[in-house]
Amino acid sequence: MDETHDPLEEAVPGAPTTAGPRIGRDEWVALEEERRTRRGDRVGRLEARLRGVPWWAWLTTFVALVALLPVPFDSGYVRRVAFDTVLYMLLALGLNVVVGWGGLLDLGYIAFYGLGGYGYALLSSGQFDVHLPTLVTVPVVVAAVAVIGLLVGLPSWRLVGDYLAIVTLFFFQIFITVTTNGDHLSGHDVTGGSNGISNLDPLNLFGHDLQVASEGVFNVGYLYVALAFFVVVYLALRFVNDSRTGRAWRSLREDPLAAELMGMPVNWLKLLAFAFGAATAAFTGTLFAALNAGVFPQTFAFPLLITIYTMVILGGAGSQAGVVLGAVMINVLLEVLRSPGDSRAVFYAAIVLGLAGVYRLSARFAAVLAATAALGFVAHAVAGGLHDSWVSGTTSGGAADLIAHWVIVPVHLADWVPAVSYVTLVSLALALTLVRGRLRLTLLVPTLYLAAFVWENVMLSKPEATRFIVLGAILVATMVARPAGLLGERRMEIV
Amino acid sequence: VDNFIQFTVNGLTLGSVYALIALGYTLVYGILKLLNFAHGDVFMVGSFIGFGALQALGGSADPVVPVWLLLVLIVLAAMAGCAVLGVAIERFAYRPLREAPRIAPLISALGVSFFLTYSMQLMFGAQQRDYDAFSLSGGALFFRGIDIGNVRVPLLRIVIIVSAFVLMIVLWLLVTRTTTGKAMRATSYDREAAAMMGIDIDRVIVFTFVLGSALAGAAGVMFALRAPASVTIGFVAGLKGFTAAVIGGIGSIPGAMAGGLILGFAESYTQGYVSTRWSDLAVFTLLIGFMLFRPQGLFGRPDIKKV
Repeated sequence: MDETHDPLEEAVPGAPTTAGPRIGRDEWVALEEERRTRRGDRVGRLEARLRGVPWWAWLTTFVALVALLPVPFDSGYVRRVAFDTVLYMLLALGLNVVVGWGGLLDLGYIAFYGLGGYGYALLSSGQFDVHLPTLVTVPVVVAAVAVIGLLVGLPSWRLVGDYLAIVTLFFFQIFITVTTNGDHLSGHDVTGGSNGISNLDPLNLFGHDLQVASEGVFNVGYLYVALAFFVVVYLALRFVNDSRTGRAWRSLREDPLAAELMGMPVNWLKLLAFAFGAATAAFTGTLFAALNAGVFPQTFAFPLLITIYTMVILGGAGSQAGVVLGAVMINVLLEVLRSPGDSRAVFYAAIVLGLAGVYRLSARFAAVLAATAALGFVAHAVAGGLHDSWVSGTTSGGAADLIAHWVIVPVHLADWVPAVSYVTLVSLALALTLVRGRLRLTLLVPTLYLAAFVWENVMLSKPEATRFIVLGAILVATMVARPAGLLGERRMEIV
Repeated sequence: VDNFIQFTVNGLTLGSVYALIALGYTLVYGILKLLNFAHGDVFMVGSFIGFGALQALGGSADPVVPVWLLLVLIVLAAMAGCAVLGVAIERFAYRPLREAPRIAPLISALGVSFFLTYSMQLMFGAQQRDYDAFSLSGGALFFRGIDIGNVRVPLLRIVIIVSAFVLMIVLWLLVTRTTTGKAMRATSYDREAAAMMGIDIDRVIVFTFVLGSALAGAAGVMFALRAPASVTIGFVAGLKGFTAAVIGGIGSIPGAMAGGLILGFAESYTQGYVSTRWSDLAVFTLLIGFMLFRPQGLFGRPDIKKV
C-alpha cells in the first residue's frame, strides 16, 4: 500500500548513505535532493508536472477564475466576499515582503493599512472638505505611508527580533490610541474619534465615479479594480524579489551578520522592506476606505493583524503564491464559520479528511470512524435513558436532525459544562500528540466524540470566539508541524 | 501634596502588579531568549481562576472562610492554575521550536496568546468579572488603612503592595540561594555549557515557566481586586509588563522590579496630572525611548555578540 516508503526518510541527516561520501558533494544537500525526487508514483509525477507550470500561467488562471466569479454568482454577498479576499491577498503580499523576505517581525503592519485608509479619508471627504481626485490621493497616500514605514523601520537598525516586534507593536498601539482619541487633538477633530470618518468620496477612475453600490447591490466594479491592483502589486513585488534587492533581502533573512560582512547595506535593506510592506498596506487601505465609504478605528485592530499573519504563515512565508493561497483559504474559512450549517459541514469534513490524511484508507481509519459513531449512539442512548431533557435540545443549521440523534445536546447546559468540556477537549487533543500506537487510537475515539459535543453545544453558538480560536490554533500548529507553511520553501540549514 | 501622595500610592500599587508580570517575562527571556507573548494572557487566566475560586468559597459577600485566608487561597489557586498552564504552553508551543529560527517561537507565541484570549471568551463570555472587593469584610479593606497626612491609604492597597513584595523577595531568594536557582542562572548564562555540566535544561526551563506563570497568576488576582477583569485585560497588561522588563533591563530580576515601579509611577502621574486618555501613550513613548537609547535597560548588561 505504502509504495512511497523509503528508508532514506528515516535516515538521520548526515548519516552515511549507500552512495558513500563523494568529493565536492554535500551529503546533506544530496539527501535533501534525493528526498525531493524520490516520489515516483502517480502523485509524484503529478507533482513534478505541476511544478513545471510557469508562475505566470498560475497567476493568469487564478485571476481569470476570480474575474469570472461574478458570472455564476450574482449575489452581492459572494461578490463582497470575493472583494474582501482580494484585499486580504494584497495585505498578505505586503506582509510577505517584511516577514517572508526580510525576516523582520513587523507587528505594526495593520497600522500602515489603517494609515492608508485614514489618509484616503482625510483627502477625499468632508472632514476637512478636501476632495482630491483619486488618481492624486492614492499615490500621495501611498508615498506618505511608505515614508512613515521607513521611519518606523528606523529602530530596526539597532533592534533585532523580539525588540523590533515590540517597538512595531507599540507603534500599532499608538496608532490606535491616536485614531480613537483623535477627535480632540489640540482642540481639532482630526480622526473623528471612535466614530471614525464617513461619507468618503467613491473611487474616481478616468472620469467615472465608481459608486459603492448600484441599485443596492455591491458594485462589481470594485472587485475588478481590486483585482487589477492585485495583479500590479503581485508583478511589481515579484520583479523586486527577482532583482538584486530581493536576493539581498533573502540573504539578510538567513543571516544578517553574514550579509553585513559581505558588504550589503543591511540597514537600508531593512528600511526598504518596511517601506514596501507599508506601501502595499496603504494601497490596500485606500481601496478599503473607498469601498466602505468610511474608516473606523475598530477595524484596524489586533485580530486583523493575527488574521493576516495566519494567512502568511499558513500559506508559506516567502512564497507569493503561498500567501495568496493562505489568504483565500483563511478568508473563506472565516466566512464559512459565520453560518452554523456551513461550519458544521466544514468541521466534520475536516475531521474525516484529517483522519484520512493520517491513517490513509486503512483498517485503522475505518475502525476509528466506526468506534466513534458507535460511541456516539451508545452515549446518546444512555443519556437519553437517564434523562430525557439531556438529549432533546435543538441545534441550528443544516443536517441538525441527523446530528441530534448522535451527539448529546441537552436542552439546558449547566454553567460549568462549557468550560469543563472545552478544557478537557484541549487537554485530550494535546495529549494525543504525545502518545503513539494503540494508546493513541483508543484515546482518539473519545476525543473525537467530545470534540463533536463541544462543537455542537459550545462553539457553534459563539462563532466569533470560535473563528479566532481556530486562527490561533492554526498559527501554533503550522509553526510546530510545518514551519514552511503549505507552499513555502523548506529552509535548508547547513551547520 | 495630598494629590501627590495619592498618585504615588496608586503608582506603587500599579507598579508592583506590573513588576510581578515583568518578572515572568524576564525569567523566561533570561533562560530561553524568547519573548513570551502569551504571558499577558496567562495573567488574564489567573484573574479568572481567582474569580472562580472566590465564587467556590462562597463569593465576596458571604465567604465561608476568614477574609485573610480567602485572599491567600484565591491567590494560591491562581498561582497553581497558571503554573500548570505555563508548563503546558512551554511543552506544546515552545519546546518543539527551541532550535528553530528565532522568529518561529515568536509567531507561535502570538498564536498561543490569541488562542487563550478567545478560548476564555468562548468559555466565560466577554463580560467583566468583578471580585467586588468592597463587599469583602463589609468595606473594611477600603475604609480602614494608614493615614499619611490627609490621605488615607486603604488596606487593600497595602495588602497588594506588601504581598507583591513578599513574592518578589521569595523569588529573589529562590534564584540566589537555592541549587535550582543556581542551575537557572547557569542556564541563562550559557545553555550549552550548563548542559555539559550535567544540568537538566528541560527541568530548568519548566521550572522557570512555573515560577513566571505563578507570579503572573498572583498579579492577575491583585489586578482584579482593584478593577474588574475581562478576557481582554491580558493584552495591555502583557505589553506593560514587557515594557517594565525592558526598562529594568531584560533578564535582570531587580531590574524588572524597578522597571515595574517606574512604569507604575509614570502611568499614575500622567493619569493624575495630564490626562487618562494619553497615559498609555506616555508608557509607550517611555519604552521606545529606552529601546532606542539604552536597550540594555537600567540594570542589564549590554549584549555583546560574539561570532
